[in-house]
Parts: sequence; C-alpha cells; structure tokens
Amino acid sequence: MALLTAAKVGHQFGGLCAVADFNLELHHGDLMAVIGPNGAGKTTVFNLITGVYRATEGSICFKGTELVGKNPNQIAALHIGRTFQNIRLFRDLSVLDNVRIAHHAQINYTPLEGLLHLGRYRREEQRIIDNSRLLLAIFKLEHLAGETAKNLPYGLQRRLEIARALAISPELLLLDEPAAGMNPNEIDQLMALIQWIRQEFKLTILLIEHQMKLVMGICERIKVLDFGVTLAEGPPKMIQNHPKVLEAYLGEIPDG
Amino acid sequence: MIALMREQWDLLLENRWLVPILLVIGFGLAFAIPEYNLLSVYVQLILMYAGINIILAVSLNLVNGYMGEFSLAHAGFMAVGAYTAVLLTMKVFPVAGFPFLFPCAVFAGGLAAALLGIIVAIPSFKVRGDYLAIITLAFLMIVKSLIENIDFIGGPRGISGIMKLTTLPWVFFWTVALVWMVRNFIYSKYGRGVLSIREDEIASDLMSVNTRHVKFFAFMLSSFCAGIAGALFAHLLQFISPRIFDITKSTDILIMVYLGGIASIGGSILGATLFTVLLELLRPSTMAALLSWLPSFVFEPLNEHFISHLGVWRMVIMPLALILVMLYWPRGIMGLREFRGFIPRRDREAHHYINPQGEEPDGATDRR
Amino acid sequence: MSDEVVYWLQQTLNALQLGSIYALIALGYTMVYGILTMINFAHGDVFMIGAFFCFLLSSMLGLTFAPTLLLTMLGTALLGVVIERLAYKPLRQAPRVSAIITALGVGLFLENFTLALSPYPKHIPMLLENVTWNLHGISLSSIQAVIISLSLGLMLLLDYIVHRTSIGMAMRAISWDKTYVPLMGIPVDLIISITFAIGAGLAGAAGTMYALAYPVIDPYMGITVGWKAFICAVVGGIGNIRGAMVGAFILGGVEIMVVAFFPSTYRDFVAFTLLMLLIVIRPYGILGKPRIQKV
Repeated sequence: MALLTAAKVGHQFGGLCAVADFNLELHHGDLMAVIGPNGAGKTTVFNLITGVYRATEGSICFKGTELVGKNPNQIAALHIGRTFQNIRLFRDLSVLDNVRIAHHAQINYTPLEGLLHLGRYRREEQRIIDNSRLLLAIFKLEHLAGETAKNLPYGLQRRLEIARALAISPELLLLDEPAAGMNPNEIDQLMALIQWIRQEFKLTILLIEHQMKLVMGICERIKVLDFGVTLAEGPPKMIQNHPKVLEAYLGEIPDG
Repeated sequence: MIALMREQWDLLLENRWLVPILLVIGFGLAFAIPEYNLLSVYVQLILMYAGINIILAVSLNLVNGYMGEFSLAHAGFMAVGAYTAVLLTMKVFPVAGFPFLFPCAVFAGGLAAALLGIIVAIPSFKVRGDYLAIITLAFLMIVKSLIENIDFIGGPRGISGIMKLTTLPWVFFWTVALVWMVRNFIYSKYGRGVLSIREDEIASDLMSVNTRHVKFFAFMLSSFCAGIAGALFAHLLQFISPRIFDITKSTDILIMVYLGGIASIGGSILGATLFTVLLELLRPSTMAALLSWLPSFVFEPLNEHFISHLGVWRMVIMPLALILVMLYWPRGIMGLREFRGFIPRRDREAHHYINPQGEEPDGATDRR
Repeated sequence: MSDEVVYWLQQTLNALQLGSIYALIALGYTMVYGILTMINFAHGDVFMIGAFFCFLLSSMLGLTFAPTLLLTMLGTALLGVVIERLAYKPLRQAPRVSAIITALGVGLFLENFTLALSPYPKHIPMLLENVTWNLHGISLSSIQAVIISLSLGLMLLLDYIVHRTSIGMAMRAISWDKTYVPLMGIPVDLIISITFAIGAGLAGAAGTMYALAYPVIDPYMGITVGWKAFICAVVGGIGNIRGAMVGAFILGGVEIMVVAFFPSTYRDFVAFTLLMLLIVIRPYGILGKPRIQKV
C-alpha cells in the first residue's frame, strides 16, 4: 500500500493556478525528487502536503488518513517532517530547544502536570532531553547544545534543521532544497547523510532540489513540474533525456 | 581567593536545600514583620505592593516577552479579578456566613479573569502583532465601560469600604506560588511552544506544536495571575473604581516588564521591585523624610523648589524613564537572560556539554 | 418634510461633524502606520496639545480664528517632527515593540506634562460667532458648518498631496519598501518627517475644531478621542488614507446612533466591541487588502 497518495490535487492563489492536477504516489522507503524551474510550484506541493495551504481540489492521503483540511500541527503529529527552503530555525533559542520543541506532539502530560512539574512531567522531560541529545550527537551538534541557533554557521544550521525535522520521528521526510548554498564537497557529505538517515530511521524521503548532482546521484524517481503541471516522472536516466524536460529547462530545441 | 569564593558560591547555588530554606525564612519573616512591627507600616505597604507588581510583571512577561505578543489587557484582567473578589468578600461571603474565606475569594477572582482571558486567547489564533494589541486594548476598554455601566457594582463611582484582608504573608504566598507556576509553565512543553511561536509561528506549527493549545493556556495563565493580583490589590487599597484599572495601569506593568527585560522571570522581579521602590521614593513625603538629615539651609530650598512639586512631576518622570530605557537600553536589565536559580536543574544540565575531559564550556547556562 | 426625515437628517449632520474630527486624527495614525508600520500611540495626545495651543493663542494672545488655526497646525506639526526625531527615529531598526512602547511613553509624558503645567480644565473663548440656521426644521450652526467644510477641505488637500505630488509619490514608495527606495535618491528621513508633520498638523486642526465645538479642554481629552480615531483608521484599513476617512464617518455615524437609542454611557462599549469584532472578522479593514505570508 502506498504511504502517501496525492490525487488530482490543485491549488490556486486568487486567480493564479499554482498547482494543477498533481498526482503522486510514494511507497515505504522511496527516495524521490521533485524538480523544475523556479516558480514551478514545488514548494507549494510541500505546503499542500504539510497543511500550510489547503488544497482547493483533490485529496492527499497519508497511510489512509485524509490530510486536506487538517492543521499543520496535526499533520506533523502524524509523523510528516519537513525542512525549509530558506532556513527557519527558532533563531533566538538554543540548539537543544530547537530539537526539543519538535517533540511537542510526542510529550504526554497535561497542562496541570506541566504547571506543577509533577508526575509524568519529570519522566517525559528526561526522555525528550535524552532523545534530543541523541539526535544532536548523530548530527555532531552535541557540543553546541547550549548555543543560540542563529550563531551557528550556515552549514550547521542546515544540519540542525534536518535534526529538528527528525525529532518529530517522521515516516515521511520532506526536504526543501537541502543543498542550497553548498559547495560540491558539502553536497557529497549531504548525499551521504541523506542516505544514512534514510536507512537508520527507515524514512521515506521526498526532496526538492536544483543541484542535479544530488538529484541524479541518490534519487530513485524524479518528478518534473513546470507552471504547476507535471511534465514527466520516472527514473533519473529517463528524465535526463526526456524531450519535454529539456525543453522546459533549455527552451525549445529546433529540429535537426 | 576570589576563585575559591566563587566556587563556594556556585556550590551554594547548586544546593538542593537552598530554595526551601529561603522560602521558609521568607515565610517566617512575612509572618514576623507585621506581628512584631519589625518594619514601619509604610515599608510593609511598599513590600506588599512590590509583591503584587511582581505577579503582574511576571505574568505579563509571559505574553509580551516569551510569546512576543503585545498585550495591553492586563489592567482589564486585574479589574475582573478585583471586582469578583470584592463582590465575594463584601456581598456573598458575609451573607453566606463564612467571612474568612479570603483565599477562596482571591482564587475566584483569578478564575474569573482566566475565563475572560479566553476572549483574548481565541482571536489570537487568527490575529497577531499590532492587531492583537488592538484587540487587547479593546478588551480593556470594554471591561472598563461595562463596569461603568453596571450600577450594582457602583458604576463609575466604584466600591469603597472594602475590608483590608491582604496581609504580608498572603502576598508572599501568592507571589511565590504564581511565580513558581509561571516558571514551571515556561520550562514545560507549553512554555517551549510559547517561545517557538515568538520565533516563528508557522515553523512551530509545522514542528507539531499545537499553537492554539499553547496560546490558550498561556493567555489563561497570564490572565489568571493578573486576576489574583487585582484581587489582592483591591483588598489592600480598600477602594476600587473603573478609573484605577485604565490604560495607565497597563502601561505601568509594561514599564516594569521592559525595564526588567523581556523573556526573563528574574528580570521581571527586578523590574517590578525597582519600579515600586522608585515610584515611592519620588513621593514628596518619602523624599523629604529621606533627605531630612541634610542641613536645613540645603534642605529648605530643596524642599520648597523641588521636593514639594514631586507629586505632580513624578508622573512626568515615569514615562520619560520608559522612553529613555527604550532608547538607550532596549533589552532592559536582564533581556532574554535568566538567573541560574530560576532554571530547573534538568534544563540547565541538558544544555551543558560534558566533553571527554569533563570540562564545560562557559556561558552554557545562557538560555536565549 | 416629515419629522422622521428631519430627525434623521439632523443626526446625519451631527455624525458628519463628529466624523470629520475623527477623520482628521485618524489620518495621522494611518499615514504613520502606512509609512513606518508603527502605531503612533502618542498621536491622540498631539491632538490634545493642539487644543491647548488653541487655548494659549486665543485666550492669552487674543488671536482670531484663522491665525489661531494656522499657528496651532504649525505648532503641532513642529511637535510631531520633534517627537519623531527624538523618540522614534533612533528606534527604526529596533524591534517593533520598542517603538510602540516608546510611543505609549511619549503619550503619557505629554499628558502628565500638560497636567503638571495646567491642573484644571480650561475654557476656550468663543472664536467664531455662533449663528444657527434653520432649514426646514434642520438646525445647522455656523460652527458645524465650519468644522465640516474645513475638514473636508483639508482631507481633499491631503488626498491631492498623497496621490498627485512628488512628495506623496515618495511617501507611497517608502511605505512599500525601505531598503531600496533610498537608492532611488528619495530622502527617506525627510519624507518621514514630512509625514509626521502633516499628520500632527491635521491633529492640531482637529484639536482646534474640537475646542470650537466642545470648549472645555483637559489634558486627558486626547486619550478617548485618540483611541476612537485609531479605531476609525483600523476600521477603514490601517495604512489606507481614504479608508481612514470612510472609517471615521462610519464610527461617527454609529456613535450618534448609539446615543440616539441607548444611554450615552454605552457609546464606548459599542465602539470598542465593533472594533474587536471587525478585527476578528476582517483584520485588514474595509478598504485594506490582506497580506499573504510566504513560506
């Protein structure tokens, strides 16, 4: 059974059609990329899945649960994690708190227990701290736990964002341009990291990326969007030579 | 030598028994001072006002500092708490035959304020920033004009002849209890949610924080505290009217919060204390009493030209002080920092990095 | 005409008078918000200072209406610029909340300072001869006529400045963007000061007219009227100049109607409840446009 199914999803901003007739099927363990020129509606697709926007048409199903109409936090609580194109950490909070906050839906205590620091509060908080520090250790950020997030260098901020997304223990992870602003060396490291977390956390990953090195290097399937419409879908080899894709990226190719 | 003293000081701060011992001493003093007249009645009064102001500043900081919203409604919640408690102690409890249930009346005042807090909390789900500030302002004005229009509770004239039931031990108890609760709230998942809403609400929603719950509880707690402070205030002043709880009162609390520094409990306590004491020092009678040791050829002209006019001018000095603090010291005394003692041990330790050599990097307790 | 119609026309006239005073103040709120996205909470007190200027000029110096009005507008315009330069300009890069709190502080300062200097309410002498005309049972006083016509004139002038002159174009440009507009050679600081001067000048005019209509003034009069004018700005869509005028006449109308049907003490209650409901339902006001947040 498919993990995530999007059927005939459409979204309009005012009169402008951002995404139309979008279909997607993701299975457990898939690693898929969405590519396309700027303004093709890639990030809108992420926003539709995670509930930032409400799809005007169609349905999105995650493990049999309809996502359209749910709040972002309800969708996140179903274990769909994401990162952002332009980093959106909680800049003035500590690195540890950034990761701890993403545990919100998994912490079980009532407001009263929180107010009085009683009962489950202690156990739950300790569990979350341990888990957060574990995640930080995995991403080699443990020594920065007390540091303010905005003081981290760019590359570490990107890593922290992935760590934070993993803190909601996702089954589906959405990465929005994870390699933006990285040099080839860093991209190699990132590719290794993505493959490693995919194995380790048994993730299904959907990513948006402009860096063809990363897309062609680790993704098994690629979906190409342009002006909100799907141009092509298939394995990297096929996409590379797909005439419509070449046309969208390079302009029309004259015959002969 | 200094290093050694510092180490001892750190050890003292780390001591598990420090807080309980301080609390017991504080309680003892709170009972002993009025009983044996250790301090003049006037100083006792200032202490009680300081306690009430601490409650107000800490709870307003929850919304304005930690959540990053801008609320002007605090005076309105105070009014609700004050009127509810006064109605209970003056009209209901004596008739019902149990006159000494002051804490219940205060608690009821807090609950009533918390219930009305929902009126502000629900719009805050949709509306943010300037517009939420306007909603809190409108709330304050609505509460005020409602009270003015209800004759049963004295209308614009207010209620006088309230029993003086607020005592130093009660103020001490409520201050400690409420500050402790607000602090606990901040260091729980809800408090972290509040912080994340301030930083980036959409991201926090996408990171599974139920922003509606979090805002709801934060506003409820904040208005609950304000209601309790209002109830204590009413039974200390022995007179309430809608004019007491107007926008000026809200501004006073804002001054305390921003003077002490946003997102800091220690800062709010400092700010509230400083504000109370300063305002009292600027009273002509206090100033005259304090400076009476000066030789009379200095004191007399000073008194005639400066001190005796303070009654009017101190209301000019306070806003001026607020403007200067904002211009030259925008983070206040403790902006975004916290005294170590207020951070739960678990939280402090979680932020430390213990590397294989067992050393800790400095500044790890800075929780920003 | 039937009594019914006469009654309603009379009320409309009263609403127009109240609305035009609100509109003059609301314009100052909305212009400053439009250009700096800052709520200038001290603006209502600038209006109050305007009324006191009017008192000084008319009773102490014995000036007539026209010079009083002009000098008051000049005085408050100057005050507006001084406040902006001393208190708000240093905070332009600071968090928004700092500016709001500073504005609250400036407002309190103006109130208490005036109170310290003049502890008792002041009476303004008659500046204009008060003639009442009767048109088919509708009474129109000369003061009402002056207030309504002068306010409308000032509003038209402002609308012309904002939409037809180069200064107005610069204002509108700054309200869209503050990073790149200076690169286009627009003197941002000067334009912001001019905005404050115009806003405060209009508040001064409003103060004078208020003093004409209700000749007892006190240092706290700016609070309620100021907040009401602010409601007008929000109702019309804050930042939108035409919206502020529309909002002012709506609120003026609503208040007159409330007083016509309920005890007058319910006026504030209705006004603020209206404000609260409107913000929840349509936060961007009647003429404002919603802003879409990017993710």
